[in-house]
Amino acid sequence: MMGALRRAGLLAPSVLTIGVLLILPLGLMAFVSTLERGPTGGVIWNQHTADAYVQFLFERDLTDRLVINTDYLHIFGRSIVVAAITTAVTLAVAFPMALWMAFQPPRRRLLLVFIVTVPFWTNILVRNYAWILLLRNDGVIDWVLARLGLTGEHINVLYTPLATTIGLTYSFLPYMVLPIYVSLEKLDRRLIEAAFDLGANRWHAFRRVILPLSMPGVVGGAILVFVPGLGAFISPELLGGAKSMMIGSLIQQQFGQSRNWPFGAALSFVLLVLVLMALAAHAARYRRKEARP
Amino acid sequence: MSAPQPMPRHLEVARIAAMKPDIAAAPGAAVRTATIAVDCRNITKTFGAGAVRALDGVSLAIRSNEFFTLLGPSGCGKTTLLRLIAGFETQDSGTILLDGKPLDGLPPYRRPVNTVFQSYAVFPHLTVAENVAFGLEMQRRPRAEIASRVKEMLALVKLEGLESRKPAQLSGGQQQRVALARALANKPRVLLLDEPLSALDLKLRTEMQLELKRLQHEVGITFVFVTHDQHEALTMSDRIAVMRAGHVLQVGTPEEIYEHPTARFVADFIGETNLLDATRIGTARYRLASGVEIETAEPGPPEASVTLVIRPERALLAPVGGSALSARVEQVVYVGSDTIYLVVLEGGLRFRVREQNRDGPRSRVRAGDPVGIVMPPAAIRVLAQ
Repeated sequence: MMGALRRAGLLAPSVLTIGVLLILPLGLMAFVSTLERGPTGGVIWNQHTADAYVQFLFERDLTDRLVINTDYLHIFGRSIVVAAITTAVTLAVAFPMALWMAFQPPRRRLLLVFIVTVPFWTNILVRNYAWILLLRNDGVIDWVLARLGLTGEHINVLYTPLATTIGLTYSFLPYMVLPIYVSLEKLDRRLIEAAFDLGANRWHAFRRVILPLSMPGVVGGAILVFVPGLGAFISPELLGGAKSMMIGSLIQQQFGQSRNWPFGAALSFVLLVLVLMALAAHAARYRRKEARP
Repeated sequence: MSAPQPMPRHLEVARIAAMKPDIAAAPGAAVRTATIAVDCRNITKTFGAGAVRALDGVSLAIRSNEFFTLLGPSGCGKTTLLRLIAGFETQDSGTILLDGKPLDGLPPYRRPVNTVFQSYAVFPHLTVAENVAFGLEMQRRPRAEIASRVKEMLALVKLEGLESRKPAQLSGGQQQRVALARALANKPRVLLLDEPLSALDLKLRTEMQLELKRLQHEVGITFVFVTHDQHEALTMSDRIAVMRAGHVLQVGTPEEIYEHPTARFVADFIGETNLLDATRIGTARYRLASGVEIETAEPGPPEASVTLVIRPERALLAPVGGSALSARVEQVVYVGSDTIYLVVLEGGLRFRVREQNRDGPRSRVRAGDPVGIVMPPAAIRVLAQ
């Protein structure tokens, strides 16, 4: 009896934290997504409808019939592609960086870790505005490339998905570098020596020993970049422009200008389910691989 | 071999050294005519911008198919020398030849040597079979050959049936065997072993010592074994190089090293020893600081000041008087198979006598008793100081 009470008391802080900060908001969001939108924004709390989810896939034509509308699916698709490309590019930049860092003398390693985290110290908005200055026509990069005679007129990068990818890659780089660095740093150097000793050249030592043993870091980093990348809002908004809208901007719009809370909530919920499904698929694959005799 | 109590180490050392000529006679004879496998010539290696001199002009010739041990305290340079042979480090000066061909500049993966690491360094993400196959795959051997070679190697180290286990599912001893099988699979010219047994417990270590010796005999590969354990070195080696502070002090068979140390450090490091400072007063005659005169069988070096070396088991207790040196017993230590007498010689020199309890325990001598000490001239080595 006392034991049960004690257990409840000790569990209470974590239950409250998870409940109030996680379950409750998510439940509220799911609930809102099933409500009727209010005439001037907000929701009507006692009127349920599936309109928000219908709106995701269909629109009403002039005769008030439901016809399929793929606009939102396109935005989702574009977001997934941009997030995936961002993840791939981030990985391509981060892995060599992490590898190089992990093989520095210990004191310099600490300094490098600190340097990698320095961008966190400035506002993300400021950093994205800085990219506008760099990427816009007549901006620094455009000017330099033109001077070198490498581009004809202008680079025309700003307000394209490429600019979004550049901005996201830059923003998320530390999230990829740090997990990979950690897994490489704790990798036993003797394993690499053993690979060399057994006749592996540099490439084979990397491919057969270093890369497989740093996979947990790679997977962790990929999740940390892909998931927020999917819902990213600031970089697509500032650098991507209207033609390359992503989920994050779309959701923000529903709660802002469009005053359509149920639809915004529904979009968030679909995004959440997609992400959870992707994570579950990965976890299942990982478990199968581990269970393999 | 199954003594009810573990034998005291120093006694064990003496016993093995005494046994060695019989068991090592045959391979010893074969080794004498063998060719040189690894030839280290005047190797120097410093670390940290010359601050630490790990190896200082080391020259060593390791013969084909011998079990060669680099023995010394930590920091003596033995592991550095091994890593130079493997190619993990580069010497500042000097040359290493393998079968007469210089290894200089060759990366580790181009050298026909393989290493068994102190911490095993078994690949944790690969199964036992994949670990053993690693080197063969790197050499792009045909699949069928790899499979049969892996099988053969696992049989050699007695790990059949564990092919698909991951290293985390193995005991330390089993991981050690995987590391051995993996290194031997490539049929290296030389197998380098960097204190491979130090992480194992005593019983397993003793087992693996015999196992390694058997393996070496079976595969007929030159083994270069690094250890700080003199007992291990005496048990397993055909020849031993005793190292200290970047220098090789003595190279010889276990018997030579134990019976005829050429340096004070070697005599002290291997087994128990009495070291007595003396001055030369004639041919094979020396005087201790206390004035006591001692006769030796060997003439000794020409220097005036020398160190006399005598093993505790070679000195004898005797009745007081006659030619025996007079001493007083300070402590009697019964260690099961032996009794150790710590005595003080005239002039205050401490001395140690070890007597085997051949006829069961007896304590004819007690602490405080006066006693005579006999040092047979043939048992005394004379070293220049």
